[in-house]
Amino acid sequence: MTPNESTPTAVGTPTAFLDVRDLRVHFPTDDGLVRAVDGVSFTVDRGETLGIVGESGSGKSVTSLAIMGLNRGRGPVHTSGEVWLDGEELIGASAESVRRLRGKKMAMIFQDPLTAMHPHYTVGHQIIEAYRIHNPVSKAVARKHAIDMLGRVGIPRPERRVDDYPHQFSGGMRQRAMIAMALSCDPELLIADEPTTALDVTVQAQILDLMRNLQEEFNSALIIITHDLGVVAELADRIMVMYAGRCIEYGTAVDVFERPEHPYTWGLLGSVPRLDRATTARLIPIQGTPPSLIQLPSGCSFHPRCPYEPRTNGRSRTQMPELVAVSGTHQVRCHLPVAERRSIWEKEIRAKLAGGEAS
Amino acid sequence: MFRYIIRRLLASVLLLVIISMITFAIFFLVPRLAGATSDDLAARYASRAADAAQVHALSERLGLDQPIWVQYGKFVKTLVAGADYDTGTGTDHCSAPCLGYSFVTQNPVGPELLDRLPVTASLAAGACVLWLLGGVATGVMSALRKGSVFDRAAMGTALAGVSLPIFFTGLVTLSVFSYSLGWTAPGGSYTPLTQNPAQWAYDLLLPWICLAFLYAAAYARLTRSGMLETMGEDFIRTARAKGLPERTVVVKHALRSTLTPITTIFGLDLGLLLGGAVLTESTFSLPGIGKYAVDAINAHDLPKILGVVLVATIFIILANLIVDVLYAVIDPRVRLS
Repeated sequence: MTPNESTPTAVGTPTAFLDVRDLRVHFPTDDGLVRAVDGVSFTVDRGETLGIVGESGSGKSVTSLAIMGLNRGRGPVHTSGEVWLDGEELIGASAESVRRLRGKKMAMIFQDPLTAMHPHYTVGHQIIEAYRIHNPVSKAVARKHAIDMLGRVGIPRPERRVDDYPHQFSGGMRQRAMIAMALSCDPELLIADEPTTALDVTVQAQILDLMRNLQEEFNSALIIITHDLGVVAELADRIMVMYAGRCIEYGTAVDVFERPEHPYTWGLLGSVPRLDRATTARLIPIQGTPPSLIQLPSGCSFHPRCPYEPRTNGRSRTQMPELVAVSGTHQVRCHLPVAERRSIWEKEIRAKLAGGEAS
Repeated sequence: MFRYIIRRLLASVLLLVIISMITFAIFFLVPRLAGATSDDLAARYASRAADAAQVHALSERLGLDQPIWVQYGKFVKTLVAGADYDTGTGTDHCSAPCLGYSFVTQNPVGPELLDRLPVTASLAAGACVLWLLGGVATGVMSALRKGSVFDRAAMGTALAGVSLPIFFTGLVTLSVFSYSLGWTAPGGSYTPLTQNPAQWAYDLLLPWICLAFLYAAAYARLTRSGMLETMGEDFIRTARAKGLPERTVVVKHALRSTLTPITTIFGLDLGLLLGGAVLTESTFSLPGIGKYAVDAINAHDLPKILGVVLVATIFIILANLIVDVLYAVIDPRVRLS
């Protein structure tokens, strides 16, 4: 039930609804092997929400696509590890059997609803298509279902809008339609990849609200992938922070927002602009840029950007830190001694975040 | 949608008028600007033995000494309403669309063109089916197996196809398949479809294949690059995420988008071809509009040339119109703009 990198192949059928174990996704390229995801493990239960947070290129989207089996067929890709969904292993399963699960048992919402919907088909057609592929019903029944779904995600006059094309919808409407499409077959696992990034701030809140309500209603397992800490603060029960294809901090929302222990997580928290912070207080941005996934830095992948790297006596330059539990629910991958991390957070970082409460 | 079609229709008519002006100007205004007198122009209509007085009389009879816009008005009137010509012994009615009489054969150009249209249309129709099916299928398979042996072979063949002119492939295949092996009809064979459909297809088989090869090559390359681009689109990922079988993803989602730009090019190619497949018709000695045009140009037969140009123009404009309407049917985003 806890993420654990050192024992990747725990034996036996997992008890959690979704159990990802030591997932690795590598893309061979002309320049070298891109380790997009390198040994990620986590679990999500029904009714639970996991937030995966990280910068672009940290492997969060690739992780979700690997669960959905959507990395296949897009050039060479090596996927290893295990993905157990409701007692069924997906990585080793045939493409056809994973396809049958896609859309029905697990569904996905994408970032940009304009490009993610086919421009030449009506919204209704696309929902009907998603429904009928998994349910042997007539077009009329599927159409009624599509109208029903559009109504449930809050689209006014769905019986008329069902025949509209995606470009006739506003951004927020399109994302609602996307959600209706994803939920049309009652999926038990819903993955939302940056569901609000392309939307206006006012619409973002509505969509997040909608997703929370629908999750309660459908009791599905939800994975939210985002770089926006505000979104996970709204929705997530647990949070996994990813950096360079690895999990560097994992814990409950309270753990990660109230007691973060990894310098990268501190950086993420410090990069969020806040109204309640004094205007004289600067943001605390993370220095540098995310590393190349082909030539990862030696030791801890984060050490070139880490302001506390000198305090590890050079260990972070040579040795990859393990993901270690610091409490029952909280795991951190860092060489800094636990006591020192906690004191840095309490004395140096928290004060700078000037609102006191970072959540 | 209805208003869109009306708008395109009006634009087409306007375009037709402009093109008719340009065509008219090329044949009647430009020579005059270059210094030719109305008698010089009339001399082209007169027989070689005609003296200066006869030519001048002809110039007056044809109205070549009148202001240019009056001439253009008459030209258009003749086209849409026909005209009566004084033959000396009586009047000869040239019914609309009247394109005048050939200098060489004295036959009216309109009916001659109508006689040749089925040949060109047969050639274009058969070839376009072949190249569309062959080109798009090859392009899709190449894109789906990018970098494979099939892809490389297909694209190599396509490169040869675009590079080899029809008078090369036509003559080589004629020599091999018709004259050496006797599998296909020799050059110059044509049987009307209404007379004997099987013979019609047999006679046109080689021209179809040669012409289609040329176009299929271009379409295969277009489809391949289009498919490669479309397969990377977000909506393809969505289609897969819905759990659609790969076949549906490729055909219903990817190909549908890829075909949109191809439809445009297809319409224009077909329109252009209907105005005369000059090289193919010449190579295979088919009595179509293209061959007619070449013969007319060689014989300096002005009314024939004028007729071919106008017919070709009408086909291209018509093709444009159909493409525009089709485009709106295929891509709903076009209707609004």
